[in-house]
Amino acid sequence: MTMVKTRPLSAEPVAREARPVYEIERLAKTYARNSLTALTDVNLTLRKGEFVSVIGSSGCGKSTLLKIMAGLLPPTRGRVVLEGQPVLGPRPDIGMMFQQATLLPWKTTVENIVLPIEIRSGRGAAKAAMARARDLLQLVGLGEFGNVYPGELSGGMAQRAAICRMLIADPAVLLLDEPFSALDELTRDFMNMELQRICMERQATAFLVTHSLAEAVILSDRILVMQARPGRIVEDVPIDLPRPRTLEMINTPRFGEIVAHIRNLLGREAFA
Amino acid sequence: MTDVSHTERADTVWVERDALIDRIPRWLAMTILFVAVVAIWDLVTRMGWVSPIILPSPRETLDDLIFVGHNLVTGDYMLGALWTTTLTVIYGFLIAAAIGFSLGVLVGETKFGERAVMPYLVAIDTMPKIAFAPLFIAWLGFDISSKVALAAFIATFAIVVATAAGLYAASENERMLFKSMGASRFQTLIRLKLPTGLPYIFTGLKIASVGVMAGAITGEFLGGGKGFGALIRQSASQMNTPRVFALILYLSLLGLALYFTIAWAQRRFVFWNKSERQGAIG
Ligand SMILES: Nc1ncnc2c1ncn2[C@@H]1O[C@H](COP(=O)(O)OP(=O)(O)OP(=O)(O)O)[C@@H](O)[C@H]1O
Ligand SMILES: [Mg+2]
Repeated sequence: MTMVKTRPLSAEPVAREARPVYEIERLAKTYARNSLTALTDVNLTLRKGEFVSVIGSSGCGKSTLLKIMAGLLPPTRGRVVLEGQPVLGPRPDIGMMFQQATLLPWKTTVENIVLPIEIRSGRGAAKAAMARARDLLQLVGLGEFGNVYPGELSGGMAQRAAICRMLIADPAVLLLDEPFSALDELTRDFMNMELQRICMERQATAFLVTHSLAEAVILSDRILVMQARPGRIVEDVPIDLPRPRTLEMINTPRFGEIVAHIRNLLGREAFA
Repeated sequence: MTDVSHTERADTVWVERDALIDRIPRWLAMTILFVAVVAIWDLVTRMGWVSPIILPSPRETLDDLIFVGHNLVTGDYMLGALWTTTLTVIYGFLIAAAIGFSLGVLVGETKFGERAVMPYLVAIDTMPKIAFAPLFIAWLGFDISSKVALAAFIATFAIVVATAAGLYAASENERMLFKSMGASRFQTLIRLKLPTGLPYIFTGLKIASVGVMAGAITGEFLGGGKGFGALIRQSASQMNTPRVFALILYLSLLGLALYFTIAWAQRRFVFWNKSERQGAIG
């Protein structure tokens, strides 16, 4: 029934044996508005501490999948279970990041970072979380920018602040929808290394939507390749590069092999 | 003994020049225009091209400005009239702001408001609202309340539309962020949509401030009473055109005061919206 062909590569990533965090079965989504089938029969399991990327052509349903996983959008069919609990709406144990940093311009950077706490637990709890927010800012190199308004931050700085906002509630899983695609390449490389460090430090499970093959390969334990019309996962490619990954790995032959393999799978559809 | 290799070549430094007319500072530009207009005005009246009943000379107008100003500062009957109109305008504005904001939230936030209330509001808004003046006078009598009602009635719609538009202004990303944080509808309204809509709401309030002035004065023209509008009508019926000019000038100060109070509040509360700051009279 499932169209996923798992291609076993030599070294099994460590995460293989870890306990499943996300379990998705037979997921399908048809948008009622235009009766467009965005996803059919998606099956996937994310394990504790695993970093999984999904790559595919524009409009193949990546954001739809992510929104359903986040509880922002109800599925038409199928099961979505996180930590043994069905996902029936947004949950505090999910951290999200979007393409735009989306900081509120009338709040300072720290106030923006504690916003999730303010919304869930009120102003008192947000005040109490300020110190932790400042620690997080320090962690991403924005120590001095806590009291600055977002209008004064560069795109990369704003996105780093958005990372802090995602992390403030200590989520178990991170759902990332092209978080750095609006950034220039150098900043992007830097942010990706930051992301890897953060995920490894926290044992976080991460699910990343991206258009960049190199980004997906350098960060992931597995890459899911999607195809459009209807949106579905056609391959599950394990990445056997050792951790921690470094930017220099981009120049290794193994990296080139993996990229070539995935590019083949995507065919002309995505990167013509 | 100069070292040839160190010979400095000229810097490529140049200045971008504005045209002369763009370099005039504001005070000077305003003064020049003012002097020019008064000079032409003076010429027109001096040469007798226009009857003094239609257009008084600058001199007569100045005399009357001084007369009315003196009357105002000594707290004579004109000050009372100006105070009456000021109260009418303030009450009318506050009522318009309260009703307009509430209706705006209803229209912008609920499907019911959008589907049921908005069409009626648009229908009323397209009517010439001044035409309701006799009705308000018939309902509320000749004292200040009928003028307040007319002023508020005229000004409300701009605030409704601006508030509703403001609530739509939050981006899809921002809404999704709030949803992902588990924000309730009320939290999303208070923490996201209203702050995002503030620049729109302030623009609505500025438009309303103009409408409130028009409504108050129209009410006083048609419904008598003790306001500035009644004074203007009186002077006009006595063909005292210089007095009319002077009264209108002082009246416009009231409108300006209201407008700039709103603009000041906007700069104070919408501090993050830089583009709003840059306008000359923002
Ligand atoms: N709210 C919606 N209503 C109707 N159709 C939608 C909606 N959102 C997305 N779609 C459609 O569903 C399909 C998948 O969209 P989705 O946003 O998931 O794609 P994507 O893979 O994230 O694309 P991109 O890489 O460009 O972000 C597209 O064909 C899109 O037109
Ligand atoms: Mg997308």
